[in-house]
Amino acid sequence: MRQTCIITSFCAVRDNKLILDGKLLYESATGDFTDFASRLYKHSGISYPKFHKMDNLCKLGFITSEFLLKDKELSGRYAGVETGIILMNSSSSLDTDRNHQNTISDRNEYFPSPSVFVYTLPNVVIGEICIRHKIYGEGNFFISEKFNSLFVFDYVSQLFNNNLVECCITGWVEINGSNYRSVLYLIEKTGKTESGIANFEPAEIEKIYNRK
Amino acid sequence: MEQLVQKLKEEIITALNLSEMKPENIDEKAPLFVDGLGLDSIDALELTVLLEKKYGLKIKTSEEGKKVLFSVNSMAEFIRENNRG
Repeated sequence: MRQTCIITSFCAVRDNKLILDGKLLYESATGDFTDFASRLYKHSGISYPKFHKMDNLCKLGFITSEFLLKDKELSGRYAGVETGIILMNSSSSLDTDRNHQNTISDRNEYFPSPSVFVYTLPNVVIGEICIRHKIYGEGNFFISEKFNSLFVFDYVSQLFNNNLVECCITGWVEINGSNYRSVLYLIEKTGKTESGIANFEPAEIEKIYNRK
Repeated sequence: MEQLVQKLKEEIITALNLSEMKPENIDEKAPLFVDGLGLDSIDALELTVLLEKKYGLKIKTSEEGKKVLFSVNSMAEFIRENNRG
């Protein structure tokens, strides 16, 4: 049965800014992503020491999801298996792959770091969010040259239409060197929630993605 | 020994990205895993790399690993014993 879904919230991080549901929540004038992520972490008020061990891709996805899911009481409204996470980016885990390469490129200083190596897969970011929020539903990370709102819409709609999820976090989490950008959407069935940002459809997904 | 323990604490903080931790927060006698610092299996591998990279020491068996990586003190003792020449 075809389900009608809505975007109940969205959170975007880019250009040293964090925007939640269209409102600027945090901005930092200077600093690279690592510095910005640390400031965002402090601003979030959470205590999750593992954050400091994550690679930059995971930090980006994790901190965006923290703000997206804050006060949403997801675990009280949905069982872990009812929530899915479908993400996409263009550089996969290349940013961390390079760091790993640096630890093994010199044969005389050959000390691969296990804590770097474990992040040389993009879907680890899904794992980090799932661990934090006790999410056990469908998880997939797709690589695409550009953000593909139609693909996201089709894939996530299939999950809802086949009753595989009741709620889904989806979007774009990309980092490559100094370039980073994330946009995460919280998607729920109509009727499960009182208010929403927009209908879950490709044009709205694209419109939110392109918001400055 | 005291100097080595202090140095090890600083190296552990750096190697494991324990940026919210200071050397004085680490009890050198406390277990590093589960209780204490609550480290995990990846951290154990990272500590093994630290011993090899900084001190040229290899842990040969998992049993030896359990003993050596029990606490900061046991790591320091392992370094001291194996650096006697």
